[in-house]
Amino acid sequence: MRDYFLLTAACFSFVGTAVAGEATQAAEMTQAASTLNRTDDIYDNNKDALIDIYGFIDTRVGIRTGSEIAGDKNISLGEVRLQLETRPYVSIFTFNFATDFLFDPVADRYAVDLATGDGAIDPRRINVEFSPANFIDMKIGRQILTWGTGDFVFINDLFAKDWDSFFLGRDVEYLKAPVDAAKASFFFDVLNIDVVYTPKFGADRFVDGRRISFFDRTTNEFRGRDNPLLFDRPNDWFDDDEIAARAYRSIGAVEAAVYYYNGFWKSPVGQNALDGRASFPKLSVYGASLRGPLAGGITWIEAGYYDSADGAALDPLIRNSELRFLAGFEKEIATELTASIQYNLERKLDYDGYLNALPSGASLDDQDKHLVTLRLTKLALRQNLELSAFNFYAPSDKDGYLRFNASYKISGELRVEAGGNFFYGSQDHTFLSQFRNNNNIYIAIRRNI
Amino acid sequence: MKHYLLIAVVLLSFPISTTRAQTPDVMDIVVKTVEAMNYAGGDVKARIDMRIIDSHGRERIRQMTMLRRNETAGYGPQKYYVFFSRPSDVKEMVFMAWKNTDRADDRWLYLPALDLVKRIAASDERTSFVGSHFFYEDVSGRNIDEDNHEFIEETDEFYVIKSTPKDPGDVKFNHYTSWVDKTAYLPMRMEYTNKRGEIYRTFSVQTVDVIQDHPTIIDVEMEDTAMGGKTALHYSAVKYSIGIRENIFSERFLRRPPRDYLR
Repeated sequence: MRDYFLLTAACFSFVGTAVAGEATQAAEMTQAASTLNRTDDIYDNNKDALIDIYGFIDTRVGIRTGSEIAGDKNISLGEVRLQLETRPYVSIFTFNFATDFLFDPVADRYAVDLATGDGAIDPRRINVEFSPANFIDMKIGRQILTWGTGDFVFINDLFAKDWDSFFLGRDVEYLKAPVDAAKASFFFDVLNIDVVYTPKFGADRFVDGRRISFFDRTTNEFRGRDNPLLFDRPNDWFDDDEIAARAYRSIGAVEAAVYYYNGFWKSPVGQNALDGRASFPKLSVYGASLRGPLAGGITWIEAGYYDSADGAALDPLIRNSELRFLAGFEKEIATELTASIQYNLERKLDYDGYLNALPSGASLDDQDKHLVTLRLTKLALRQNLELSAFNFYAPSDKDGYLRFNASYKISGELRVEAGGNFFYGSQDHTFLSQFRNNNNIYIAIRRNI
Repeated sequence: MKHYLLIAVVLLSFPISTTRAQTPDVMDIVVKTVEAMNYAGGDVKARIDMRIIDSHGRERIRQMTMLRRNETAGYGPQKYYVFFSRPSDVKEMVFMAWKNTDRADDRWLYLPALDLVKRIAASDERTSFVGSHFFYEDVSGRNIDEDNHEFIEETDEFYVIKSTPKDPGDVKFNHYTSWVDKTAYLPMRMEYTNKRGEIYRTFSVQTVDVIQDHPTIIDVEMEDTAMGGKTALHYSAVKYSIGIRENIFSERFLRRPPRDYLR
């Protein structure tokens, strides 16, 4: 409920400050619109149809190269996905409809669950966009949301991710899971503000063992398809809600932003003391980022203070509060060869409390977790061939994760690709190394329609 | 006294201006050319059909709508917004560039499937624009200060200009020669010569139309023997001076394409 008031208060205060500029802008808009109408009839003999349906069919097969754990299937991926999309507009409203129809015998679950993405139908974008005033954009419904500066590393982007898809080798667009939310964007001369209200918590499509096995620190065992994680998701409309906000502007060539989030950890990092089921503790995040050109490339820094649920410092069942920091740099180092490097820090802020509360014999984390990522992307053959490698390495955990992919556009309609996901490390309990039984390679063919 | 002065000024300036008429000022032509080609009308909207033909004759198409706005009168900073409509795997993708004359351009790419506004480094202006034989700088115009321009000759139709890069390490070509139409000030042909003295890259205009009093390139090809193949551009639905607002070229309209302008 608290989020509600904040949202309402935010809306009112913005309207107040902007109402003066609105009248003149509205006059300009009308003028621009009438100019358009005059010239419109002269050309446009090739006008698009009102309903234009497009999309793709994506067939993807992958095998596990790691050892089988807890009933994991040898086949990591085996699916045919049809995505259909259309964006009709009526008056001031633009509608987005993009839905996936999925035949996935590996998951073998066809009952549709809109939250987890399980089943034969996974609507990705079902929303309406409109501008109630010329300084406001609204987008309401199921949507994909992204902000922040990181490359596969997210600090202030707390919109749902789909880690199963990412680790299994689906197209990178599936890293982002859809969110059922209302997004209001306010545009002013000095500052732009986005407010996203999600009335019911939208968790990550996180690793729970059903597709990707993981190491359960509480029971000291790997969990896979035979014994997936049991969890309780905050599930009450309007009580278990989330709010995310961003204020941003450009300062010369530099883009600056501050962020706020109030909701829950997006993956289950807590545990219910009574029944042992995994839980999603409360979380607030306060952060900021800068992005701009530097030395012929692009550089970015981002930081966030993760304020975990009350009592997190002393409760071993709730994840500690954290400070997160990211710095990155990307540059085209040779013709059509781009390299990027990032450094990410996650620091536990109540480390003494964490140490004291940790049960004896439990796996111990360092106070600081360091992560370095390196990306190389090479385009060739008229940009029809793309070779990319992305490596995560955590020196503090001595583990890592290498993703690689080669994709070739045979024609404008047909694309083939092959790739792999390799987790490495020697310990069972560290974050990336725990997934090493899921190492996989895959091939895919995609036809645009 | 006033009259005397006036006569003196006229007499003194006369020989200078006649000399100019005989050998036109090369920078004057270069500026007029870049203004005619890339700056006409203050702003413009155009639909671009791109055909990329590789050395084996295989063809790929791209279709996009381009919005361009000048930030100052004449040669100066500009903003570009390119909305892709074909093929379907790039549909709704947007490329945006702020062309700066004092520093490297700012560029962004919007990927709708991820709702991602990606900032891209503009380190190399001479990389292929969306896999075509045109480079980024062919689309938005090469910065005129990057070359030394030399007047070669004047024919019935053309001024012929030779341009040599100030920093030869930057580029593959040794120089390029432009044939600039004397009335429209459009470069009808440009030939890029490599360090061995061979012409390897040719820009050639097939069709020009006068739209709202602006001579406008309608069909143009870039052939590149080093890469093999060529790319043909066809411009249609060209409209000048439609009053494109500056704020169109911002993150807001990357995420929400401005239908009014793109229709």
